[in-house]
Amino acid sequence: MDPFTTHTGVGVPLRRSNVDTDQIIPAVYLKRVTRTGFEDGLFAAWRGDPSFVLNDPTYAQGSVLVAGPDFGTGSSREHAVWALQNYGFRVVISSRFADIFRGNSGKAGLLAAQVDEKVVQRLWDWLEANPGGEITVDLESRTLRAGVGEDAVEDSFDIDDYTRWRLLEGLDDIGITLGHDEDIAAFEARRPSWKPVTA
Amino acid sequence: MGKTLSEKVWDEHVVRSAPGEPDLLYIDLHLLHEVTSPQAFDGLRLANRAVRRPDLTLATEDHNVPTLDWDKPIADPVSRTQVETLRKNAADFGVRLHPLGDVEQGIVHVVGPQLGLTQPGMTIVCGDSHTSTHGAFGAIAFGIGTSEVEHVLATQTLTQAKPKTMAVTVNGSLPEGVTAKDLVLTLITHTGTGGGQGYIVEYRGQAIEELSMEGRMTVCNMSIEWGAKAGLIAPDQTTFDYIEGKPEAPKGADWEAAVAHWKTLRTDDDAVFDKEIVLDASTMTPFVTWGTNPGQGAPLGASVPSPDDFDEPTDKVATEKALQYMGLEAGTPLREVKVDTVFVGSCTNGRIEDLRLAASILEGRTVAADTRLLVVPGSVRVRLQAEAEGLDKVFLAAGAEWRGAGCSMCLGMNPDQLAPGERSASTSNRNFEGRQGKGGRTHLVSVPVAAATAVRGTLSSPADLADVPTLQEV
Repeated sequence: MDPFTTHTGVGVPLRRSNVDTDQIIPAVYLKRVTRTGFEDGLFAAWRGDPSFVLNDPTYAQGSVLVAGPDFGTGSSREHAVWALQNYGFRVVISSRFADIFRGNSGKAGLLAAQVDEKVVQRLWDWLEANPGGEITVDLESRTLRAGVGEDAVEDSFDIDDYTRWRLLEGLDDIGITLGHDEDIAAFEARRPSWKPVTA
Repeated sequence: MGKTLSEKVWDEHVVRSAPGEPDLLYIDLHLLHEVTSPQAFDGLRLANRAVRRPDLTLATEDHNVPTLDWDKPIADPVSRTQVETLRKNAADFGVRLHPLGDVEQGIVHVVGPQLGLTQPGMTIVCGDSHTSTHGAFGAIAFGIGTSEVEHVLATQTLTQAKPKTMAVTVNGSLPEGVTAKDLVLTLITHTGTGGGQGYIVEYRGQAIEELSMEGRMTVCNMSIEWGAKAGLIAPDQTTFDYIEGKPEAPKGADWEAAVAHWKTLRTDDDAVFDKEIVLDASTMTPFVTWGTNPGQGAPLGASVPSPDDFDEPTDKVATEKALQYMGLEAGTPLREVKVDTVFVGSCTNGRIEDLRLAASILEGRTVAADTRLLVVPGSVRVRLQAEAEGLDKVFLAAGAEWRGAGCSMCLGMNPDQLAPGERSASTSNRNFEGRQGKGGRTHLVSVPVAAATAVRGTLSSPADLADVPTLQEV
């Protein structure tokens, strides 16, 4: 995984709450056996609507998605994270993420930045007043910024310490865990013998 | 201070704990299916890693499989490739697989419990959010993404921050004809889709204790629909009776040792939950969804709500969007909503008790002229059991379609899908836009409501049918 320190990119206002993973990528697009190429399924149903925000050329280079509460609910499909990344998103900002989506984002290197609902509202307003405007997200200081001067939006965001550290360092989780192989083997040695096996 | 059930199970599985880091948790059982595993196996190959414990891993084919012509090659080439990829991965890495055509094939969350692999006090994961189903046995069970699937394959562990604890206490008894599904749909409308976020939930109280194992699975299955990390129920005699004699259940002295341990898996009297929700089962009624997430529901006797009924601006907007998508007008009695397709099945309601209940309502009745009814068993074993009991004949006589096992119309990934604008009453778990097929409109319902709806052609409960048979609790 590549390290993530800071990112500046075009903000995309998605004025919706409860954006479930079936909306992010419908099941019919999940049949690939690779990690790439899922951008064609991103928000597939909504992209049929000409007024949908991603159909606006202003946001063609969008890389910071600003969405309503309960983003990424539903299915555990990591394809939702891959679809956002394959399309070009590096950051999603929301006031509340579903657990599995947030976990998947951290593993795959998409920054899920949690902010107060008021901050989402201010970012939406700012982006609509400044279409195509850029948002800077700094993982080191856990802050985000859009614009300059009086109408600028500046605030902090939440991300747990461990995920932040892994993203900053670009660490491979499995590599870290395999470093604790002795602990795993010791645990296995004391597991009860009546626990079920499949083989 | 005592511990809650989930804290006990969690603590028993901590391999390593360090300040400022998530716990490293051992995984007792890793279930796999074709959709969320191919990239994980690829990752292993790239890093030249093996599956650490193939003997704690089980794979089945469910999401993509057709429920007609299952004895022929899968027609959709992309679905076929995904299924064939799982077969190759299982063979290459030594993982037990129950493929299409095998007697143990079925929806992964139906297969685990029926094999007896799902047992109290375990940690169980799968690249599927409805893994929460297995919590019904007093296990910590949750869905994971593909990166985590790869992590478990390689290490048999997961790094996990310990969630907070919540109790959902459901006092009283469910009235006759009101099921576990109505209970959980009522709960989700009460909490909203994010209400459980960050918590492992323990369902408890008289109404939960009175549920059968299959009813408990229905409740735990939908834990994820209100955002909970996992949902579980303390194991009791009902649990032990269900497991005993299953193919992979402990035998002899192992059984005695296991049960002795399982009996300790109860929340201590002096344990404290971070949060508690209390509900009264005795006031619950058949419950259905009208919107596009599982938290947008109402009693069947109510009418479609109006955006004005909600205080929060986001709820108003969400309701307006949902009604537009669903093609519903505020104020319409839900009982007048006409349904095109009824789906009985899925990991929520595709087990034998569900099929028995549906058959008891459909016996001697016929499906409405403009309505189709799909009955899809959750596994091949469920199908064979239903056929041994003659349930298939009841369904066919009523004009229903009797299918092979799989996820079927729960999600639009196999041939069983809604057409744009088509409206369903579905015993599955998600009413998201397009979930059952692009443009499809889903009402989540219980099995009795599904069966009665199929007969009347509009959202109905068995009470709306003349000469209602006595309902058994699901």
